[in-house]
Amino acid sequence: MKHSLRLRVGPVGFRIGSDWHGPIDALADLYRDYPQPEVSDFTVRLEAPAPWRRVVRPTIVLGGDYMVPDAAPLPLRHGLLAAEMAMNLQVALGHRRHLLLHAAAVARDDRCMILTGESGAGKSTLAAMLMAEGWRLLGDEFVLVDLVSGAAHPFPRLVSLKNESVTAVTARLPAARFGPVLEGTPKGTIRHLVPDARAIAGMDVPAMPVAILFPRFGAARDVRPMEAGEAFVRLTQASTNYTALGETGFRALTGLVGRVPAMAIDYPDGATGVALVEDLWRAR
Amino acid sequence: MFRGPPADALIAAPLGELVALYHRPSGQTHVVAPPAPEILAALAEGPLTLDALLARLARDYDLADPDREALAARVAELVAVGMVEA
Repeated sequence: MKHSLRLRVGPVGFRIGSDWHGPIDALADLYRDYPQPEVSDFTVRLEAPAPWRRVVRPTIVLGGDYMVPDAAPLPLRHGLLAAEMAMNLQVALGHRRHLLLHAAAVARDDRCMILTGESGAGKSTLAAMLMAEGWRLLGDEFVLVDLVSGAAHPFPRLVSLKNESVTAVTARLPAARFGPVLEGTPKGTIRHLVPDARAIAGMDVPAMPVAILFPRFGAARDVRPMEAGEAFVRLTQASTNYTALGETGFRALTGLVGRVPAMAIDYPDGATGVALVEDLWRAR
Repeated sequence: MFRGPPADALIAAPLGELVALYHRPSGQTHVVAPPAPEILAALAEGPLTLDALLARLARDYDLADPDREALAARVAELVAVGMVEA
């Protein structure tokens, strides 16, 4: 590839190649404090669908070791989003060293809270708000659960903020580093937040989960304990590699939900969500 | 006759009132409620007719009111998901 970059996020090394310098420059700037990998676990390719599409209505096709045949291409102006999506795709489809949960996680010292739920449940926003309160961000997209110990391994990629949460988090973290505001993407307006120095410095320090939270933004404050069986079923659906891991994944996930209490939490706004997580942390 | 998987074909993890089962031959996970784990435990020892299964469960679990029809429905569910062969 004409332009390329290597970087490591937690236990995963990426090599990202691109037909254009724009997405690589954006990544190099936002990930400038991240280490170089000794080996690259995944190759990510941002390619034009045809040679002339590098310049005429430039369009990015997401590629790499693992491909999704019907992934929609993105315009070059959304190159940073394309790169992040392509990195997610490689990890979601190819990573086998941990049980992958589609979730955010925040830690204090060596204990963490997992925040999981469908896209739009508010886990990225809540994780960013908790980072602003001094929590160590383990990640906002994937939690990597160790297959033997059950510890959550940090994977602090850029935090993907969407629509209303862009304004809310930008106001809450005025000194943080952000990527460009990307408007008109398939997910609406997106802006990437760079994890803070604590999150980057701690990217090799796992934390043991002490609670699994299923947040829901927009409802009155409420906490409901969740049966382990329901948490298990929901987390099998929130995992991209549970089935691929077979018996190992079964043991890791039943171990996690057997050990760690699960709760559904509702919150009407970010401040209440942060207070709720802090209360649950103190009460555990 | 109903035939269940041998005991070493299943890994069971109790999760509160439910039990998660990993079925090794198929690689599939099932989350089941009582009496499914008990039915599978009884069938792990060898194939049984519905009446013999009912008698076994009544003996092992001290059932006050054994219900043949309800048991038939539970066994049919296990047949439907491929855990038990009819």
